[in-house]
Amino acid sequence: MARRELTEINAGSMADIAFLLLIFFLVTTTMSTNTGMQRKLPPIEEHDEKPPEVIERNVMVVLVNKDNIIAIKGKPVSLDKITEKAKLFFSNPQGREDLPQVDYKEIPFFGKYPVSKGLVSLQTDRNTSYEKYLQVQNELVRSISELRNEKSKEKFGVSFDDLTEDQRDAVSKAIPLAISEAEPRRITNK
Amino acid sequence: MGKFSKGGKKNVPAISTASLPDIVFMLLFFFMTVTTMKETDLKVRISKPKATEVKKLENKNLVKYINIGPPINKYKAKYGNEAMIQLNDQFARVRDVGPWVNAERGGMDPANRAKMTTALKVDKTAKMGIITDIKQELRKAKALKITYIADKTTTDMFNK
Repeated sequence: MARRELTEINAGSMADIAFLLLIFFLVTTTMSTNTGMQRKLPPIEEHDEKPPEVIERNVMVVLVNKDNIIAIKGKPVSLDKITEKAKLFFSNPQGREDLPQVDYKEIPFFGKYPVSKGLVSLQTDRNTSYEKYLQVQNELVRSISELRNEKSKEKFGVSFDDLTEDQRDAVSKAIPLAISEAEPRRITNK
Repeated sequence: MGKFSKGGKKNVPAISTASLPDIVFMLLFFFMTVTTMKETDLKVRISKPKATEVKKLENKNLVKYINIGPPINKYKAKYGNEAMIQLNDQFARVRDVGPWVNAERGGMDPANRAKMTTALKVDKTAKMGIITDIKQELRKAKALKITYIADKTTTDMFNK
């Protein structure tokens, strides 16, 4: 009888098949992860409640008009001055009369901490460009992140991103992200 | 030295390629897990704005995209050059946003519904009018977590 050898299955083509699959997945998928600026919309009011009384010194109105000109409290400003102005507004280091009041709140790690009552109200026209709006939004968010970073460095000695979750919560409470998206009824129609 | 060289012809064995498939499969699985399938073809042109204060979108399943931008060349003749809304893979009007949010939310795991984020992927040339309208619709639909899609940049925007 002829000697029968158990021949091994040639696995060489397996690699080709796997490569084919790999290339298929490479072309049909996207690797790019999207990044975005996270914001929260205010819930819609169910009843016609009277809006809470607004104290003028507590609100900084940032207006971007249809020609993309930025104005803070009615005065035109350039984009690179916004962060600075917003930081001064939120922190009010000298306790000035024309800048926001503070509200003493009990916050872990900080104890009784003077939380700013300041609120930035960002208003736009229907013809404002989205890019400009996002840039202004970015500058405002940046002012908050910088303040939080400074606070964390002062209190914990590390930057905001390196804090533990509890510490981060506390700092976020001490320096809230108080940027309001304008109610559309206040927006002028074209 | 005879100690090291053996006499006679010596065959160099072929390098075994048996482990090659394993390596390739490993690569394959890596790509399968880190990538996502292209779900929609964009019908609107979106050139993303740049910003510095952006975060990575964490859980892809919780993010639903609203694309806003001028129609691509193919649809220009039909729809003009004004920014339009694209939901999933079709054009939509502002009043379709609310029902779409509810439908998308309904299709999610009940435990995750509150965590849904609506991502506004907007062309930078778009006007705020349409954005404001959409934000109003989202507020009505109680989809309050939004994110403005932007590319991360490290340079200050006013230096350019």
